[in-house]
Amino acid sequence: MKLSLRELVVDFKTPDAGRLPALGPISLEISPGEFLCIVGPSGCGKSTLIRTLAGLQPATSGSVAGDDLPITGPLSTLAIMFQDANLMPWRTVIDNIALPLELAGVDKARRHKAVNELLPQLHLQDFALSYPAELSGGMAQRVALGRVIVQRPRALLLDEPFGALDAMTREKISLELLDLWREHRQTVVMVTHDINEAVLMADRVVVMSSRPGQLVADIAIGLERPRAINMIYRETFLRLVREARAAIDLPDS
Amino acid sequence: MAEVGEKIDAKPGSRSSRNALLQLRQLSPLLSLVALLLLWQLITSAQIYPAFIVPPPAAVGEAFIEALQSGLLLKHLGVTLEEMFFGLILGLGIGLSIGYAIAKAPMLEYTLSPVIVAFQSTPIVAYAPLLVIWFGSGPTSKIVTTAVIVFFPSLVNTIVAVRAVSPNLRDLMTSLNATPWQSFRQLELPSALPVVLAGLKTSVTLAVIGAVVGEFVTQGSGLGYLVTSARNQYDTPLVIVTVLTMTAIALSLYSFVVLLEWRWLAWRRRSKR
Ligand SMILES: Nc1ncnc2c1ncn2[C@@H]1O[C@H](COP(=O)(O)OP(=O)(O)OP(=O)(O)O)[C@@H](O)[C@H]1O
Ligand SMILES: [Mg+2]
Repeated sequence: MKLSLRELVVDFKTPDAGRLPALGPISLEISPGEFLCIVGPSGCGKSTLIRTLAGLQPATSGSVAGDDLPITGPLSTLAIMFQDANLMPWRTVIDNIALPLELAGVDKARRHKAVNELLPQLHLQDFALSYPAELSGGMAQRVALGRVIVQRPRALLLDEPFGALDAMTREKISLELLDLWREHRQTVVMVTHDINEAVLMADRVVVMSSRPGQLVADIAIGLERPRAINMIYRETFLRLVREARAAIDLPDS
Repeated sequence: MAEVGEKIDAKPGSRSSRNALLQLRQLSPLLSLVALLLLWQLITSAQIYPAFIVPPPAAVGEAFIEALQSGLLLKHLGVTLEEMFFGLILGLGIGLSIGYAIAKAPMLEYTLSPVIVAFQSTPIVAYAPLLVIWFGSGPTSKIVTTAVIVFFPSLVNTIVAVRAVSPNLRDLMTSLNATPWQSFRQLELPSALPVVLAGLKTSVTLAVIGAVVGEFVTQGSGLGYLVTSARNQYDTPLVIVTVLTMTAIALSLYSFVVLLEWRWLAWRRRSKR
């Protein structure tokens, strides 16, 4: 699915009836099957951008579109993953992952079959009947990922999906996500605050300015796929990281 | 009341831990009951108070058996239970639905809050006579008294519970194109259930008070009436029997809600470990 932002602006109402410009104007086109990462300072409107694409946040002006059709509400072909795992504590792992199918009216036998096929890829096969509180942070995030994958979406919107995880777990899950993506080649828009992670995963990294977020850099990542963790030592990798870092205006350490 | 709940909650844990010390700990609540009975027996044996003021346990036991055999206790118990049942249904039904509506439309709370707060601030004993004037001395007035006293905690708990539903989970449901019914059934209901059930524990014990207060006022039948008539006849053992019956009702209903929690909130038990 092709995703486009055209002159998108999002404002929020402030308590004193003023307006807080949160995002834009921003124009961006994401090709079908592309893996795009967004980095930018905190509060620059990254979540707002993702939520607008997901149809959860109306645009103040400009528009967002999926395959050139305007997005005005949630689309079943587009799946969003939130910053925290956002699981239902009263549902088991299997039922959390199956939630989208259940809401779509898929019967129990078929949705459990679909989820059971997914569990090994997510390394969750031994936890099908566990409750979220019994899972580690990484496992909970895998469940959230499963809930997105099970929808077989044509585009994935990931808002700092691994932000709450420790460095080692997040590295591992990031690569797992790349494996999953390689199979299905959905369009991916992923927000992250980790520049290394963005360069390692994406076809293209865009950098946003501080609020209201606008594009300040658009960096094509030419690294070959499949990506591997040892690529982070390459000269090209370091050059790309430095380029993104300079655009965010962080000191080059 | 919270203490009773914890004890009942703690019971099933013993299945996993067969530790003798733990078993002793679980018996300890019984010890306090035994101690109370002993104290009671002691006071009566020492004849500190005349028997018609503090009758010995045996006399109360006899009165209990007699009241059972004559059908007196069951008759009045039946009346009270029926009033409580319909009062609970009515009060919970209205409390839960208005609570839900208020949680969804804050404007409604703004409009209704003076009435609700006024309602709540008035002591139930004070408006019970009024309800009798309006609804007669039959069961209806007691049902309404029960409903009124049950209404408030269920209302407040529902508002709190529905407002506490995670906004992120609401977003999730929206992004999955959930229908309003699906959002209610799959998100709001399970999310609110723990708080609503906690409120129900308060409601069921209040329901006993509501029905009995109604019966105090009207005189005719029910455990509240039985207490007053026994007192007028200086039948202190029967008074005690009736009061203990009320306690038993409250405890049974409370345990029933604990049982519901046990069944419906299994995930919380698992999650605590
Ligand atoms: N619902 C809302 N109402 C009012 N203001 C909001 C709302 N959501 C976000 N904002 C404001 O919009 C701006 C952008 O928020 P957003 O959450 O998109 O930032 P972000 O880039 O995702 O930040 P972070 O990296 O910290 O997650 C912030 O200044 C925030 O305060
Ligand atoms: Mg954010």
